[in-house]
Amino acid sequence: MKPVFSKPKALNDAVMHYCPGCGHGVVHRLVGEALDHFDILDRTVGVAPVGCAVLMYDYFNCDIIEAPHGRPPAVATGMKRSRPDLIIFAYQGDGDLASIGLAEIVHAANRGENVTVIFVNNTVYGMTGGQMAPTTLLGQQTTTSPYGRNLNTDGYPIRMAEMLATLEGTSYVARHAIDTPANILRARKSIFRAFEMQVKDMGFSFVELLTTCPTNWGMSSRESIRRIKEELIPYFPLGVFKEKEVADYI
Amino acid sequence: MSSGKRILVKGNDAIGMGAIKAGCRFYFGYPITPQNEIPEFMSRELPKIGGEFVQAESELASINMVLGASALGVRSMTSSSSPGISLMQEGLSYMAGQELPAVVINVVRCGPGLGGIAASQGDYFQAVKGGGHGDYHLIVLAPASVQEMYDHTILAFDLADRYRNPAMVLADAILGQMQEPIVEREEEVQEPRKPWALTGAKGRPARHIKSLLLKEGELESHNRLLQEKYREVQKHEIRYNELEVEDAELVVAAFGTSARIARTAVSKARSEGLKVGLFRPVTLFPFPGERLRVLSARVKNFLVVEMNTGQMVEDVRLNVSGDASVFFYGRPGGAIPTPMEVYERIVKHYKEQ
Ligand code: SF4
Repeated sequence: MKPVFSKPKALNDAVMHYCPGCGHGVVHRLVGEALDHFDILDRTVGVAPVGCAVLMYDYFNCDIIEAPHGRPPAVATGMKRSRPDLIIFAYQGDGDLASIGLAEIVHAANRGENVTVIFVNNTVYGMTGGQMAPTTLLGQQTTTSPYGRNLNTDGYPIRMAEMLATLEGTSYVARHAIDTPANILRARKSIFRAFEMQVKDMGFSFVELLTTCPTNWGMSSRESIRRIKEELIPYFPLGVFKEKEVADYI
Repeated sequence: MSSGKRILVKGNDAIGMGAIKAGCRFYFGYPITPQNEIPEFMSRELPKIGGEFVQAESELASINMVLGASALGVRSMTSSSSPGISLMQEGLSYMAGQELPAVVINVVRCGPGLGGIAASQGDYFQAVKGGGHGDYHLIVLAPASVQEMYDHTILAFDLADRYRNPAMVLADAILGQMQEPIVEREEEVQEPRKPWALTGAKGRPARHIKSLLLKEGELESHNRLLQEKYREVQKHEIRYNELEVEDAELVVAAFGTSARIARTAVSKARSEGLKVGLFRPVTLFPFPGERLRVLSARVKNFLVVEMNTGQMVEDVRLNVSGDASVFFYGRPGGAIPTPMEVYERIVKHYKEQ
């Protein structure tokens, strides 16, 4: 029999702890496929966030470190500067990257660190039980915005991809969603491109993924998928915001 | 051994020289007075020898850059002064939990808050009692000369690697800013192998470095192992200096700059026939408490001198025998005790005995 579908070598057989319908599994798989594709698994070090994906070391067959909350881009900087031959990727959620770690991501991006950042945006704090995130949409109810996010008191959801694309230091910035097979394929292409940028020493690459958190959205998996299309994408448009053709480095 | 050639060096530069001698090629830091000569030195010298200097966006970032570099098995360092060291406590707690070596220099200024840029020893508690969250210790060295700024930086790298634990050099603004002759070390510094480092999982199973331990009992046993390690550090790494304690009837205990001030006062008292000695802890963690206990079997008067309102004095009191008296003299917040003031306290307490 000829196998037509298999797990990437980069992922092991552990049963993931993510909730049913959670987007992390899809994103893990896409990252794993990229590590396989560029054959870099044995020279890659991943940086895990604080959040639901902190346990990602249980699923990847590459070296992984756990960073303090929000600090993966700084940890990745320390790694890439000291071992530029290694492939370094950080995997972060919205609270980690866009709230507590905002300075770290902006400055790593602005320095043009030759690392890859995978940003999982599900508009909510997952692990701590569904509190308001910096990307929570206006009106969205969470455990700390029980009346819905209010622009007068909570401000607006942050669009990270657009913000980082304005920095001269970034080389590749994209946002995708994982709601449909077509969108997943686009996300896959961008994640591949992001790792390719690093392999080719092209500088800082960033892919934001709009994903689901059925548990904290209080929705079924199917409803969650629909919410990406109906609510998230209109506020967080998809696309490649920036792509340098040549590296800035001299 | 060294050729003995003496060169005049500023304390902060001696730190940079020691770090490079120790094989440190990666420095991450953020400007803050009174330690700016260290990042300036490293930004100038590291590129010449294939190293990397990164001016981080904050001390939060610098300590986490050190964390990342350290996890890959290379020697790296950061330096700062008190307010910046407060920001690093998060990273230090993680590194202690993840058993990552690192060297952190604190050129202490006065606080609390923004305080001032003058020398202080107000960060003693923060340095030796953990500082961040959780049950952990840093290895803490207290230099008292520019030579020791150099030597202790090298020693800090060795101890950090040996025990897989962050080590801190607790200096102060005076030590950082003053110039003294030093002799550089000539023999090569040996770096140990690091079979735990993340290097890419080539030809071996993937490795993880973490401090989140959720399985039943896992965290407790990890904490017990850490405590076991700290006991090993206490057993093997205690360092201190003594001056004329053999026949002393009063011993002054002081570290760092305070010990230099106290030394002048002790010499003056000696020259006037008072039997006074000086005890200087060189390692603050591990604290040389056992030696104080032994000393206090005979000496019944101790005067602790610090540039704060009384921090190390607590550790002295914890260790001396119950019938010994422990007096304290200190000046907080950038005020520096003068040798004369210390001398007067010596005379006062000497007479009281
Ligand atoms: S809480 Fe949300 S983000 Fe976390 S695992 Fe569950 S579905 Fe995924």
